[in-house]
Amino acid sequence: MHLAYPAVLAALLFCTGLYGVLARRNAILVLMSVELMLNAVNLNLVAFDVWLRDRLHSGQALTLFTIAVAAAEIGIGLAIVLAVYRNRGSSAVDRLRDTAETDEAETVPAGDDEDDDPADTARPEDQATAAAGKAKKAEATP
Amino acid sequence: MITALGASGATAAPGFLSPTGVEIAFVLVGIATLGAALVTVTTRQLVHAALWLIVALGGLAVEYLLLTAEFIAWVQVLIYVGSVVVLLLFGLMLTRAPIGRSPDADSENRLPALAVAVASAGALVWVVVDAFRTTWIDLDGPAQGSTKATGSFLFRNWVLPFEALSVLLLAALVGAIVLSRKGRAAAPVDGTPAAAPEREDKR
Repeated sequence: MHLAYPAVLAALLFCTGLYGVLARRNAILVLMSVELMLNAVNLNLVAFDVWLRDRLHSGQALTLFTIAVAAAEIGIGLAIVLAVYRNRGSSAVDRLRDTAETDEAETVPAGDDEDDDPADTARPEDQATAAAGKAKKAEATP
Repeated sequence: MITALGASGATAAPGFLSPTGVEIAFVLVGIATLGAALVTVTTRQLVHAALWLIVALGGLAVEYLLLTAEFIAWVQVLIYVGSVVVLLLFGLMLTRAPIGRSPDADSENRLPALAVAVASAGALVWVVVDAFRTTWIDLDGPAQGSTKATGSFLFRNWVLPFEALSVLLLAALVGAIVLSRKGRAAAPVDGTPAAAPEREDKR
């Protein structure tokens, strides 16, 4: 098999994941894009391991390790996203601006409030979560 | 590979115009995988994104099979398709992701992201094609990624990283539990006591 096929496929998948990481707003969709990037690297590792016929099979061993590390990463990442959602009532990555330094970066961009309103009015507990999170965000971190 | 090429001479190097069956299958599955990945990062329905991610990861498992890495293919099916996507769906449900089309799935920096992705894709594909234009993988002989071979090299040469990885997984498990349990001080003031047990059931 031509080595360019898996290499080109891995490069395109990596760039697809890169676009997703940069363009998505929901934190869980960002995690999905990170998984795509990790899988592109895995495909590269397997292809080059099969090509080089390494006696230690470093590529395939690293692929297994990468899969395990990705599983650990997705567990920790989802736990963090759930904790942030519980405290702030939102999992949109561009609304979490508490550590921003400039003044204009701390203002929530226009249009986000209208987007959130239907969800808040439809589910009262969402509003309660958001309000409690905004009120207690300084001390609510366990 | 290099010795095989040297031994058999120029006749062993096939051309682009005479692809083998494995290459045709690889390209077809690759197109399907790439399409599923593109839908995953562009769809506006969040749950559909997770379901298309299953297609992309399953397609990658087929690519591993075509590259004779059988064990990694089944590990991919078990861990990614089986558990990671289910975890992502759990996360989507627990953060009350909207069912149906959500207009704010993409942030404002969509066009810069597209520019960066297209530029890096062009650069990477150009470099890779230029570097590996005349390189072929020799897929003949015994499978290099069978379960027997994998167990052999994993437990003969890679035992120490394997054990270190188990410690890392244990630390990640403990960390995920600590992060996702509700703090005792924050529990009375959080305002959502009814939603607490389902979140803890996840782990």
